[in-house]
Amino acid sequence: MGIIEDYVARTEGTCGKEQDVIVIFKYDKKDEAVKRILAKATLKKSIAGIVFELTFERFSFRLYGTGKAIFRDLKDKEELKALLSELLS
Amino acid sequence: MLDPYKIREDFPILKRKVNNNPLIYFDNAATSQKPRQVIEAIRSFYENHNANVHRAVYTLSQEASELYEDAHEEVAEFINASGMEETIFVRGTTEAINLVAYSQALHDLKKNDEVIVTLMEHHSNIVPWEILSKIAGFNIKYVDVNNDGTINYESFEGAISKKTKIVCVSHVSNVTGVVNDVRRIAKTAHEYGSLVLVDGAQSVPHLPVNVKDLDVDFLAFSGHKMLGPTGIGVLYGRREILEEMAPFQGGGEMIRDVEFSPKTRRCSITWNDLPWKFEAGTPNVCGGVGLTEAVKYLKKVGMENVKEHEEALTKYAMSKMRECCKKVKIYGPQTSTAKCGIVPFGVDGVSSHDIALFLDNYGIMVRSGFHCAQPLHEVFKLNSSARASFYIYNTCEEIDRFIEVLKEIEQF
Repeated sequence: MGIIEDYVARTEGTCGKEQDVIVIFKYDKKDEAVKRILAKATLKKSIAGIVFELTFERFSFRLYGTGKAIFRDLKDKEELKALLSELLS
Repeated sequence: MLDPYKIREDFPILKRKVNNNPLIYFDNAATSQKPRQVIEAIRSFYENHNANVHRAVYTLSQEASELYEDAHEEVAEFINASGMEETIFVRGTTEAINLVAYSQALHDLKKNDEVIVTLMEHHSNIVPWEILSKIAGFNIKYVDVNNDGTINYESFEGAISKKTKIVCVSHVSNVTGVVNDVRRIAKTAHEYGSLVLVDGAQSVPHLPVNVKDLDVDFLAFSGHKMLGPTGIGVLYGRREILEEMAPFQGGGEMIRDVEFSPKTRRCSITWNDLPWKFEAGTPNVCGGVGLTEAVKYLKKVGMENVKEHEEALTKYAMSKMRECCKKVKIYGPQTSTAKCGIVPFGVDGVSSHDIALFLDNYGIMVRSGFHCAQPLHEVFKLNSSARASFYIYNTCEEIDRFIEVLKEIEQF
């Protein structure tokens, strides 16, 4: 099983003009996923330890302590997969 | 007035925690939670009465048929229809609208006929008409919506003509909660000889709805938004119209006879009586049983009380959002009058999905996105919106908690 399958339960395209993607991490792996991403990405801002505004390469995204992340300006699913593989490895 | 704290005792799900916080469920415009009476009725049906309905002579089938027919009667009484002949059970509002659209478009609507749709409609009252206009060749005229989310009646009166065959309008907007003057629209439509189809998905669960008083030809609504199970909904239709209307789907249950003629080598078909003529195949019997209990529950609470409670919550929420939050914007009408318990909003500089994700962290469930009403968001020039929607079990205390979290979101 690949690293994405290890950590990601579901991805969901948001409804709205923004066309963002929400990634939902597996419940029993979410804390580890959050930890791994925080170690890889650069923290721009954190609010009450609940939401982390992060950057990684050209991407900016928000990660929630509940094990969800919202990604913007992604070209396609392949780009998301590549990004998640980097962030979770 | 109803007591939401007493009502909450009937809803097992409201006792659970989400992300270590008590669940605050503010997505009632999408679906409602279920009281134990509904859950118990469903369990009891499968444990004691489950069988296919109609045309079987054994005891279980008779019991199931009786329960299913009672469900039609209960719903008919709830909306003041003339009888169960006028209440067709479908999967939900979407299927109810599709039933009318397909039946009308494939049999009655012709090239150059017109269908009127408002820009505040849910996609389920837009898309079927767009699909079918391409098949049947009729035109669609869209009615404008004012900047405050109310319907532009001048635009409606300008659009209607003798060519109009059906006017499609929501009773209550699923984005803003605006209550449309359906009686006024129906009066004008009937003067031009047009039918009126009302999307009641957001009205029937939240206010007293009387089809005779509104004088509408069709009313579509869903069971799951009014405490009932998913997969069951209702199309009310005026009896004389349903009798003339062609069936939507073919199969068992909706026919009386399918006679094969050796001479023509074709089958001639006689439709079943109403409402079964429009209920092809084995129906959702258990869904009907659950819906009966939901209707009984709402009748016991009293629809006037439901309306009053939601009005009070909406007023409270809107005033608190204005008073306590500097960056929060409420979309649609700025007062709580002529409005159901729906508050669409945004926070400056924060996407609606971030708002929903942040609230979720505190166990507060709100919707984000277009809410299946993209054209209305285009009218408002919004990329998306967040939406809090209330029901009988919500409290001012929950709204206070919601406001506290909104204040944190403003720090984004």
